[in-house]
Amino acid sequence: MKLMKSGSNLERLLQEGKFVVTAELGPPKSADADVIRKKANILKDVADAVNITDCQTAIVRVSSIAAGCILVQMGLEPIIQMTCRDRNRIAIQSDLLGAAALGIRNLLCLTGDHQKFGNHPSSKNVFDLDSIQLLKMVKDMRDEKKFQCGEEMDIEPRFFIGAVENPFADPFEYRALRLAKKVAAGADFIQTQIVYNVDKFSQWMERVRQLGLDHKVYILAGVSPLKSVGMAKYMKHHVPGLDVPDALIERIGKAENPKEEGIKICVEIINRVRKIQGISGVHIMAIEWETSVPEIVERAGLLPRPKIA
Amino acid sequence: MIVGEQKPVDEIREMIADYEKILVLGCNGCVAVCFAGGEREVKILASALRMTAKIAGDKKEITEGAVEKQCEWEFIESLKEQVEKCEAVVSIACGIGVQALAEKFPETPIFPGLNTSFMGMPLEAGVWAETCAACGECILDKTGGICPIARCAKNLLNGPCGGSQDGKCEVSPETPCAWELIYHRFKDRGRLGALEEIRPAKDWSKARDGGVRKIVREDLKL
Ligand code: SF4
Ligand code: SF4
Repeated sequence: MKLMKSGSNLERLLQEGKFVVTAELGPPKSADADVIRKKANILKDVADAVNITDCQTAIVRVSSIAAGCILVQMGLEPIIQMTCRDRNRIAIQSDLLGAAALGIRNLLCLTGDHQKFGNHPSSKNVFDLDSIQLLKMVKDMRDEKKFQCGEEMDIEPRFFIGAVENPFADPFEYRALRLAKKVAAGADFIQTQIVYNVDKFSQWMERVRQLGLDHKVYILAGVSPLKSVGMAKYMKHHVPGLDVPDALIERIGKAENPKEEGIKICVEIINRVRKIQGISGVHIMAIEWETSVPEIVERAGLLPRPKIA
Repeated sequence: MIVGEQKPVDEIREMIADYEKILVLGCNGCVAVCFAGGEREVKILASALRMTAKIAGDKKEITEGAVEKQCEWEFIESLKEQVEKCEAVVSIACGIGVQALAEKFPETPIFPGLNTSFMGMPLEAGVWAETCAACGECILDKTGGICPIARCAKNLLNGPCGGSQDGKCEVSPETPCAWELIYHRFKDRGRLGALEEIRPAKDWSKARDGGVRKIVREDLKL
């Protein structure tokens, strides 16, 4: 068996060649631990690891690390998220040392949504590093035991390092190259933007395979159930970098039970992306609809999940 | 050049509420070029202040003036007499000019009549855009002559974020995505390989983050 970088459940399953399921948990906009526990219980036996967003869309919520710590206590495996928007390299490294000390093993590195979209649009942003520099810093901390400044440390934070990529953003031709940069910088796994346009996603994956990246990094396709035609339209027109084909919007619009149709579409997309060469799992982002995840995973034939070692 | 925008008249009126004799002072440098703080704008602002004072029944005596550059001692020297005759100055130069005046005439309150917006250039008649953020260590050689520090909303150094769509920045559909521009610049030159290299973390100590900056040139000192 290959040497483990982090010893996380997610890393082990991917290494064993299992098709993994991760899900997203959005922490609450209040100091309410019960909301986190409730959502975690829903995801407990249906996801191998659970992403906890870091003030997504720049809205203040319980911190990813704090919520992740609650999940560790409950016996779940969190993937904490870290954006470049709110912290400089000092704060990021400090928080990551803390996260590792609290038993967190998976980390997703992102640029972060601009604060303009959030609930504090008058705040100052940081972006001391970009996501690629963040990946490099975290990898050097783990593999070289070095801080960004070059100083050494005794006990390094050992994370299974993730990055995101959006195959639907522009310029399309550059997206696979940017993924290559993320892999070179230190990404062990990738979670993609939500896939609604499977054809375009396949095109991107073809380019990814041409670059040989499918052998260097585990790629998890992002999926998300649409709840209503309103949500579908909103996502198409107001969320930058999301591609929702008109045919899907029409399907949801015509459906008698849009939620049921949304779940059905999500399962179909999972079944299609599963067949794409180089896809190692799915990442289910059921935004404020965590209760739909068990049904989606079940209907996609992905249960039972392997027990956490 | 430095680009600015005049403050609303009401905001300026509030600043000068306690004073009667006001000098409105412009600068014929950058802010005149962007039609915000030159001689012409001084006239317009002074009339607006006179008119609004009259309507409100306030007693105000408003005089006008402008210099070639409010950011150089030799030019503001000549303003001594004019400034001494008034109780307060509204300067519609950039923030540098306002501070230079305040330094030269510490007894007189100097109020900013302009919001200093950015360093940039006119794109077309009536449109200006930011192009440099004075980061202290220029990287334009590595980005095809397009600055991602000033022109990317997240000052990214390794390519576009996931919000870049149809050539526009996720922050505003009116702003081009700097990285889309950089990508095409290199593509057109047949040098896309340049974008595969990982750009390391930037040394921000040379920018504002390192503290107030100052340049000393021994060879030029008298
Ligand atoms: S790299 Fe720095 S100095 Fe060069 S144009 Fe951009 S902000 Fe200005
Ligand atoms: S869309 Fe382009 S310009 Fe805007 S933040 Fe992203 S990379 Fe920067």
